[in-house]
Amino acid sequence: MAFELPSLPYDYSALEPHIDARTMEIHHTKHHNTYVTKLNEAIQGHANLAGKSLEELLAGARNLPDSIRQAVINHGGGHANHTLFWQIMGKGKGGEPAGVLADGIQAAFGNVAEFRAQFSAAAANRFGSGWAWLVVDKSGKLRVTSTANQDSPIMDGHKPILGLDVWEHAYYLHYQNRRPDYIAAWWNTVNWDKVTEFYKAAHQ
Amino acid sequence: MPITLPDLPYARNALEPHISAETLEFHHGKHHNAYVTNLNKLIAGKPEEGKSLEEIILSAEGPVFNNAAQVWNHTFYWSCLKPGGGGEPGGELADAIRRDFGSFQAFRDALADAAATQFGSGWAWLVAEGGRLKVVKTPNADLPMRHGQTALLTIDVWEHAYYIDYRNARPKYVETVIDHLLNWDFAAKNYQKAGG
Repeated sequence: MAFELPSLPYDYSALEPHIDARTMEIHHTKHHNTYVTKLNEAIQGHANLAGKSLEELLAGARNLPDSIRQAVINHGGGHANHTLFWQIMGKGKGGEPAGVLADGIQAAFGNVAEFRAQFSAAAANRFGSGWAWLVVDKSGKLRVTSTANQDSPIMDGHKPILGLDVWEHAYYLHYQNRRPDYIAAWWNTVNWDKVTEFYKAAHQ
Repeated sequence: MPITLPDLPYARNALEPHISAETLEFHHGKHHNAYVTNLNKLIAGKPEEGKSLEEIILSAEGPVFNNAAQVWNHTFYWSCLKPGGGGEPGGELADAIRRDFGSFQAFRDALADAAATQFGSGWAWLVAEGGRLKVVKTPNADLPMRHGQTALLTIDVWEHAYYIDYRNARPKYVETVIDHLLNWDFAAKNYQKAGG
Protein backbone atom coordinates (compact mmCIF):
# COMPACT_ATOMS: atom_id res chain seq x y z
CA MET A 1 0.00 0.00 0.00
CA ALA A 2 1.75 3.14 -1.19
CA PHE A 3 1.78 6.29 0.92
CA GLU A 4 -0.43 9.10 -0.35
CA LEU A 5 -0.39 12.88 -0.12
CA PRO A 6 -3.13 13.86 2.35
CA SER A 7 -5.49 16.71 1.48
CA LEU A 8 -5.19 19.87 3.50
CA PRO A 9 -7.99 20.21 6.08
CA TYR A 10 -8.62 23.79 4.79
CA ASP A 11 -8.17 25.95 1.66
CA TYR A 12 -4.75 27.20 0.58
CA SER A 13 -5.85 30.73 1.50
CA ALA A 14 -7.17 29.76 4.97
CA LEU A 15 -4.06 30.80 6.87
CA GLU A 16 -3.73 34.27 5.32
CA PRO A 17 -2.43 36.80 6.16
CA HIS A 18 -0.02 34.76 8.28
CA ILE A 19 0.86 32.19 5.61
CA ASP A 20 -0.03 33.10 2.02
CA ALA A 21 -1.97 30.85 -0.37
CA ARG A 22 0.84 30.57 -2.92
CA THR A 23 3.27 29.36 -0.28
CA MET A 24 0.72 26.81 0.99
CA GLU A 25 0.01 25.50 -2.50
CA ILE A 26 3.68 25.03 -3.46
CA HIS A 27 4.49 23.66 -0.03
CA HIS A 28 1.73 21.06 -0.19
CA THR A 29 1.59 20.12 -3.89
CA LYS A 30 5.33 20.31 -4.62
CA HIS A 31 7.43 19.90 -1.49
CA HIS A 32 5.21 17.52 0.51
CA ASN A 33 4.23 15.63 -2.63
CA THR A 34 7.89 15.05 -3.52
CA TYR A 35 8.54 13.52 -0.10
CA VAL A 36 5.63 11.11 -0.58
CA THR A 37 6.81 10.14 -4.08
CA LYS A 38 10.40 9.62 -2.99
CA LEU A 39 9.38 7.67 0.13
CA ASN A 40 7.37 5.28 -2.04
CA GLU A 41 10.33 4.93 -4.43
CA ALA A 42 12.69 4.24 -1.54
CA ILE A 43 10.68 1.40 0.01
CA GLN A 44 9.57 -0.17 -3.26
CA GLY A 45 10.95 -3.68 -3.52
CA HIS A 46 11.57 -3.97 0.23
CA ALA A 47 8.88 -6.52 1.09
CA ASN A 48 9.74 -6.44 4.80
CA LEU A 49 8.81 -2.73 4.93
CA ALA A 50 5.67 -2.89 2.82
CA GLY A 51 3.15 -3.32 5.64
CA LYS A 52 4.70 -0.86 8.06
CA SER A 53 3.04 2.37 9.12
CA LEU A 54 4.93 5.63 8.68
CA GLU A 55 5.48 5.81 12.45
CA GLU A 56 6.88 2.25 12.51
CA LEU A 57 9.22 3.05 9.62
CA LEU A 58 10.53 6.17 11.34
CA ALA A 59 10.88 4.55 14.77
CA GLY A 60 13.20 1.98 13.19
CA ALA A 61 14.73 4.23 10.54
CA ARG A 62 18.22 4.38 12.05
CA ASN A 63 18.49 0.58 11.88
CA LEU A 64 17.56 0.27 8.20
CA PRO A 65 20.16 -0.93 5.66
CA ASP A 66 22.58 1.72 4.33
CA SER A 67 20.95 1.58 0.91
CA ILE A 68 17.63 3.07 2.07
CA ARG A 69 18.22 4.47 5.59
CA GLN A 70 18.83 8.11 4.64
CA ALA A 71 16.03 8.09 2.04
CA VAL A 72 13.51 6.90 4.64
CA ILE A 73 14.80 9.43 7.19
CA ASN A 74 14.59 12.30 4.67
CA HIS A 75 11.40 11.46 2.80
CA GLY A 76 9.54 9.48 5.46
CA GLY A 77 10.38 12.26 7.90
CA GLY A 78 9.32 14.85 5.35
CA HIS A 79 5.97 13.09 4.87
CA ALA A 80 5.28 12.69 8.60
CA ASN A 81 6.43 16.19 9.55
CA HIS A 82 4.31 17.94 6.93
CA THR A 83 1.26 15.76 7.66
CA LEU A 84 1.41 16.88 11.30
CA PHE A 85 2.15 20.49 10.36
CA TRP A 86 -1.00 20.88 8.23
CA GLN A 87 -3.18 19.46 11.00
CA ILE A 88 -1.96 21.68 13.83
CA MET A 89 -2.85 24.86 11.91
CA GLY A 90 -6.25 26.24 10.96
CA LYS A 91 -8.29 29.24 9.91
CA GLY A 92 -9.01 31.75 12.67
CA LYS A 93 -7.01 29.80 15.24
CA GLY A 94 -4.25 30.92 17.56
CA GLY A 95 -5.02 32.03 21.08
CA GLU A 96 -4.01 30.02 24.11
CA PRO A 97 -3.92 26.31 24.92
CA ALA A 98 -6.54 25.19 27.44
CA GLY A 99 -7.47 22.24 29.63
CA VAL A 100 -5.10 19.33 30.11
CA LEU A 101 -2.62 20.69 27.57
CA ALA A 102 -2.38 24.03 29.37
CA ASP A 103 -1.86 22.10 32.62
CA GLY A 104 0.87 20.00 31.01
CA ILE A 105 2.63 23.07 29.59
CA GLN A 106 2.51 24.80 32.97
CA ALA A 107 3.93 21.73 34.67
CA ALA A 108 6.75 21.40 32.16
CA PHE A 109 7.66 25.04 31.45
CA GLY A 110 6.22 27.07 34.35
CA ASN A 111 3.80 28.98 32.14
CA VAL A 112 2.63 29.30 28.54
CA ALA A 113 4.74 32.42 27.85
CA GLU A 114 7.90 30.57 28.84
CA PHE A 115 6.95 27.64 26.59
CA ARG A 116 6.33 30.01 23.66
CA ALA A 117 9.68 31.70 24.23
CA GLN A 118 11.53 28.39 24.28
CA PHE A 119 9.72 27.09 21.19
CA SER A 120 10.25 30.32 19.23
CA ALA A 121 13.95 30.31 20.16
CA ALA A 122 14.28 26.69 18.99
CA ALA A 123 12.72 27.69 15.67
CA ALA A 124 14.83 30.84 15.26
CA ASN A 125 18.12 29.19 16.22
CA ARG A 126 17.84 26.12 13.98
CA PHE A 127 20.72 26.84 11.57
CA GLY A 128 19.89 25.81 8.01
CA SER A 129 16.77 23.76 7.35
CA GLY A 130 14.70 22.02 10.00
CA TRP A 131 11.88 22.05 12.53
CA ALA A 132 10.96 23.15 16.05
CA TRP A 133 8.85 20.73 18.07
CA LEU A 134 6.73 20.28 21.14
CA VAL A 135 6.97 16.57 21.90
CA VAL A 136 5.84 14.11 24.54
CA ASP A 137 9.00 12.24 25.46
CA LYS A 138 9.32 8.57 26.46
CA SER A 139 8.54 9.36 30.10
CA GLY A 140 5.40 11.28 29.12
CA LYS A 141 6.88 14.75 29.72
CA LEU A 142 6.48 17.70 27.38
CA ARG A 143 9.70 18.99 25.83
CA VAL A 144 10.72 21.56 23.24
CA THR A 145 13.19 20.18 20.71
CA SER A 146 14.54 20.99 17.29
CA THR A 147 15.62 18.72 14.44
CA ALA A 148 17.71 19.30 11.32
CA ASN A 149 16.36 18.87 7.80
CA GLN A 150 13.43 16.40 7.88
CA ASP A 151 14.62 14.33 10.85
CA SER A 152 11.52 13.22 12.75
CA PRO A 153 11.29 13.30 16.56
CA ILE A 154 9.74 9.83 16.23
CA MET A 155 13.25 8.51 15.47
CA ASP A 156 14.23 9.56 19.01
CA GLY A 157 11.20 7.90 20.61
CA HIS A 158 9.34 11.19 21.00
CA LYS A 159 5.72 11.81 20.02
CA PRO A 160 5.50 15.21 18.28
CA ILE A 161 2.27 17.10 19.02
CA LEU A 162 3.19 20.53 17.58
CA GLY A 163 5.72 21.32 14.85
CA LEU A 164 6.94 24.42 13.04
CA ASP A 165 8.64 24.11 9.67
CA VAL A 166 11.58 26.52 9.39
CA TRP A 167 12.88 25.38 6.02
CA GLU A 168 13.13 28.56 3.96
CA HIS A 169 10.50 27.16 1.54
CA ALA A 170 7.94 27.45 4.36
CA TYR A 171 8.21 31.23 4.51
CA TYR A 172 10.51 32.70 1.87
CA LEU A 173 7.91 33.99 -0.62
CA HIS A 174 6.22 36.09 2.05
CA TYR A 175 8.88 36.73 4.72
CA GLN A 176 12.18 36.29 2.77
CA ASN A 177 15.02 36.44 5.33
CA ARG A 178 12.73 37.48 8.21
CA ARG A 179 12.29 34.10 9.90
CA PRO A 180 11.47 35.65 13.30
CA ASP A 181 8.50 37.50 11.76
CA TYR A 182 7.21 34.23 10.29
CA ILE A 183 7.55 32.50 13.66
CA ALA A 184 5.66 35.30 15.44
CA ALA A 185 2.86 35.25 12.85
CA TRP A 186 2.60 31.44 12.81
CA TRP A 187 1.37 31.36 16.43
CA ASN A 188 -1.87 32.93 15.09
CA THR A 189 -2.55 29.76 13.10
CA VAL A 190 -2.06 27.14 15.83
CA ASN A 191 -5.05 24.84 16.28
CA TRP A 192 -4.77 24.13 20.00
CA ASP A 193 -7.75 21.74 19.96
CA LYS A 194 -5.82 19.52 17.57
CA VAL A 195 -2.63 19.79 19.61
CA THR A 196 -4.65 18.80 22.71
CA GLU A 197 -6.00 15.80 20.81
CA PHE A 198 -2.44 14.70 19.94
CA TYR A 199 -1.38 15.32 23.56
CA LYS A 200 -4.11 13.04 24.88
CA ALA A 201 -3.37 10.38 22.26
CA ALA A 202 0.32 10.45 23.20
CA HIS A 203 -0.58 9.48 26.76
CA GLN A 204 -2.78 6.54 25.83
CA MET B 1 39.38 45.05 12.61
CA PRO B 2 35.78 43.96 12.02
CA ILE B 3 34.86 41.64 9.19
CA THR B 4 33.15 43.64 6.43
CA LEU B 5 30.59 42.85 3.74
CA PRO B 6 32.28 42.97 0.33
CA ASP B 7 30.46 44.62 -2.57
CA LEU B 8 29.04 42.36 -5.25
CA PRO B 9 31.54 42.12 -8.14
CA TYR B 10 28.72 43.21 -10.53
CA ALA B 11 25.45 45.16 -10.46
CA ARG B 12 22.49 43.55 -8.68
CA ASN B 13 20.66 43.08 -11.97
CA ALA B 14 23.72 41.81 -13.86
CA LEU B 15 22.74 38.14 -13.60
CA GLU B 16 19.20 38.58 -14.92
CA PRO B 17 17.21 36.81 -16.22
CA HIS B 18 18.88 33.83 -14.53
CA ILE B 19 19.12 35.29 -11.03
CA SER B 20 16.95 38.32 -10.35
CA ALA B 21 18.00 41.62 -8.81
CA GLU B 22 15.41 40.91 -6.10
CA THR B 23 17.16 37.66 -5.17
CA LEU B 24 20.56 39.36 -5.02
CA GLU B 25 19.12 42.23 -3.00
CA PHE B 26 18.05 39.78 -0.28
CA HIS B 27 20.89 37.32 -0.71
CA HIS B 28 23.69 39.89 -0.55
CA GLY B 29 21.99 42.77 1.26
CA LYS B 30 20.24 40.69 3.92
CA HIS B 31 21.59 37.12 4.22
CA HIS B 32 25.29 37.76 3.55
CA ASN B 33 25.12 40.98 5.51
CA ALA B 34 23.50 39.21 8.49
CA TYR B 35 26.32 36.65 8.62
CA VAL B 36 28.84 39.53 8.73
CA THR B 37 26.89 41.36 11.45
CA ASN B 38 26.34 38.22 13.52
CA LEU B 39 30.00 37.22 13.27
CA ASN B 40 31.23 40.61 14.42
CA LYS B 41 28.85 40.50 17.39
CA LEU B 42 29.94 36.97 18.32
CA ILE B 43 33.69 37.71 18.22
CA ALA B 44 33.61 41.18 19.80
CA GLY B 45 36.07 41.17 22.71
CA LYS B 46 37.05 37.54 22.06
CA PRO B 47 40.43 36.14 20.91
CA GLU B 48 38.97 35.67 17.41
CA GLU B 49 38.53 39.41 17.01
CA GLY B 50 42.05 39.96 15.62
CA LYS B 51 42.12 36.86 13.43
CA SER B 52 41.57 36.60 9.70
CA LEU B 53 38.32 35.10 8.43
CA GLU B 54 40.20 31.95 7.32
CA GLU B 55 41.83 31.55 10.75
CA ILE B 56 38.43 31.83 12.43
CA ILE B 57 36.90 29.27 10.05
CA LEU B 58 39.69 26.77 10.64
CA SER B 59 39.49 26.97 14.45
CA ALA B 60 35.90 27.85 15.42
CA GLU B 61 32.85 25.68 16.11
CA GLY B 62 29.14 26.35 16.51
CA PRO B 63 27.65 29.77 15.73
CA VAL B 64 31.06 31.47 15.22
CA PHE B 65 32.00 28.84 12.63
CA ASN B 66 28.57 28.96 10.97
CA ASN B 67 28.60 32.73 10.51
CA ALA B 68 32.29 32.96 9.55
CA ALA B 69 32.03 30.15 7.01
CA GLN B 70 28.86 31.64 5.53
CA VAL B 71 30.62 35.01 5.14
CA TRP B 72 33.41 33.25 3.22
CA ASN B 73 31.08 30.99 1.21
CA HIS B 74 28.97 33.88 -0.05
CA THR B 75 31.96 36.07 -0.96
CA PHE B 76 33.34 33.11 -2.91
CA TYR B 77 29.96 32.36 -4.53
CA TRP B 78 29.57 35.91 -5.91
CA SER B 79 32.90 35.53 -7.72
CA CYS B 80 31.87 32.13 -9.10
CA LEU B 81 29.11 33.83 -11.10
CA LYS B 82 29.29 36.41 -13.88
CA PRO B 83 27.01 37.74 -16.59
CA GLY B 84 27.64 35.79 -19.78
CA GLY B 85 29.32 32.97 -17.88
CA GLY B 86 28.83 29.25 -18.27
CA GLY B 87 30.17 27.31 -21.20
CA GLU B 88 33.34 25.30 -20.80
CA PRO B 89 36.73 26.17 -19.32
CA GLY B 90 39.90 26.17 -21.38
CA GLY B 91 43.57 25.53 -20.70
CA GLU B 92 44.98 23.44 -17.87
CA LEU B 93 41.73 23.37 -15.92
CA ALA B 94 39.90 21.88 -18.91
CA ASP B 95 42.62 19.23 -19.19
CA ALA B 96 42.36 18.43 -15.49
CA ILE B 97 38.56 18.12 -15.70
CA ARG B 98 38.88 15.66 -18.59
CA ARG B 99 41.58 13.75 -16.73
CA ASP B 100 39.61 13.43 -13.47
CA PHE B 101 36.00 13.19 -14.70
CA GLY B 102 36.48 11.71 -18.20
CA SER B 103 34.71 14.59 -19.96
CA PHE B 104 33.28 18.02 -19.31
CA GLN B 105 29.79 16.52 -19.58
CA ALA B 106 30.58 13.96 -16.86
CA PHE B 107 31.82 16.79 -14.61
CA ARG B 108 28.71 18.83 -15.37
CA ASP B 109 26.48 15.86 -14.45
CA ALA B 110 28.41 15.26 -11.22
CA LEU B 111 28.12 18.90 -10.15
CA ALA B 112 24.41 19.07 -11.02
CA ASP B 113 23.77 15.84 -9.12
CA ALA B 114 25.67 17.02 -6.02
CA ALA B 115 23.74 20.29 -6.03
CA ALA B 116 20.38 18.57 -6.50
CA THR B 117 20.95 15.92 -3.84
CA GLN B 118 22.39 18.03 -1.01
CA PHE B 119 19.39 17.47 1.26
CA GLY B 120 18.39 20.63 3.11
CA SER B 121 20.64 23.68 3.04
CA GLY B 122 24.19 23.59 1.73
CA TRP B 123 26.64 23.92 -1.13
CA ALA B 124 27.99 21.97 -4.11
CA TRP B 125 31.67 22.43 -5.01
CA LEU B 126 34.41 21.73 -7.50
CA VAL B 127 37.53 21.24 -5.37
CA ALA B 128 41.19 20.29 -5.74
CA GLU B 129 42.53 17.75 -3.29
CA GLY B 130 45.93 16.06 -3.49
CA GLY B 131 46.41 17.11 -7.11
CA ARG B 132 43.01 15.76 -8.24
CA LEU B 133 39.71 17.48 -8.95
CA LYS B 134 36.55 16.33 -7.20
CA VAL B 135 32.92 17.33 -6.87
CA VAL B 136 31.73 17.44 -3.26
CA LYS B 137 28.70 18.74 -1.35
CA THR B 138 28.59 20.23 2.13
CA PRO B 139 25.65 20.84 4.50
CA ASN B 140 24.72 24.26 5.90
CA ALA B 141 27.91 26.35 6.35
CA ASP B 142 30.47 23.57 5.95
CA LEU B 143 33.16 24.19 3.33
CA PRO B 144 36.14 22.54 1.60
CA MET B 145 38.90 24.28 3.56
CA ARG B 146 37.76 22.37 6.67
CA HIS B 147 38.42 19.13 4.78
CA GLY B 148 41.88 19.85 3.37
CA GLN B 149 40.44 20.78 -0.02
CA THR B 150 40.81 23.92 -2.13
CA ALA B 151 37.55 25.33 -3.50
CA LEU B 152 37.55 26.15 -7.22
CA LEU B 153 33.82 26.78 -7.78
CA THR B 154 30.61 26.61 -5.78
CA ILE B 155 26.84 26.70 -6.17
CA ASP B 156 24.73 27.83 -3.21
CA VAL B 157 21.76 25.48 -2.75
CA TRP B 158 20.23 27.04 0.34
CA GLU B 159 16.63 27.69 -0.70
CA HIS B 160 17.16 31.44 -0.26
CA ALA B 161 19.55 31.33 -3.25
CA TYR B 162 16.80 30.38 -5.68
CA TYR B 163 13.36 30.38 -4.10
CA ILE B 164 12.21 33.78 -5.38
CA ASP B 165 13.17 32.89 -8.97
CA TYR B 166 12.73 29.09 -9.14
CA ARG B 167 10.53 28.05 -6.17
CA ASN B 168 11.07 24.34 -5.53
CA ALA B 169 12.75 23.76 -8.92
CA ARG B 170 16.29 23.48 -7.59
CA PRO B 171 17.58 21.38 -10.55
CA LYS B 172 16.52 24.11 -12.98
CA TYR B 173 18.37 26.76 -10.95
CA VAL B 174 21.47 24.56 -10.83
CA GLU B 175 21.48 23.86 -14.57
CA THR B 176 20.95 27.54 -15.31
CA VAL B 177 23.90 28.52 -13.13
CA ILE B 178 26.15 25.92 -14.74
CA ASP B 179 25.14 26.80 -18.31
CA HIS B 180 24.86 30.60 -18.07
CA LEU B 181 26.64 31.98 -15.02
CA LEU B 182 29.69 29.98 -13.89
CA ASN B 183 32.85 32.08 -13.99
CA TRP B 184 35.54 29.76 -15.34
CA ASP B 185 38.20 32.50 -15.26
CA PHE B 186 37.77 32.64 -11.49
CA ALA B 187 37.92 28.83 -11.26
CA ALA B 188 41.12 28.79 -13.35
CA LYS B 189 42.74 31.34 -11.00
CA ASN B 190 41.78 29.22 -8.00
CA TYR B 191 43.18 26.16 -9.75
CA GLN B 192 46.51 27.91 -10.36
CA LYS B 193 46.68 29.05 -6.73
CA ALA B 194 46.00 25.48 -5.64
CA GLY B 195 49.16 24.45 -7.50
CA GLY B 196 47.47 23.16 -10.63
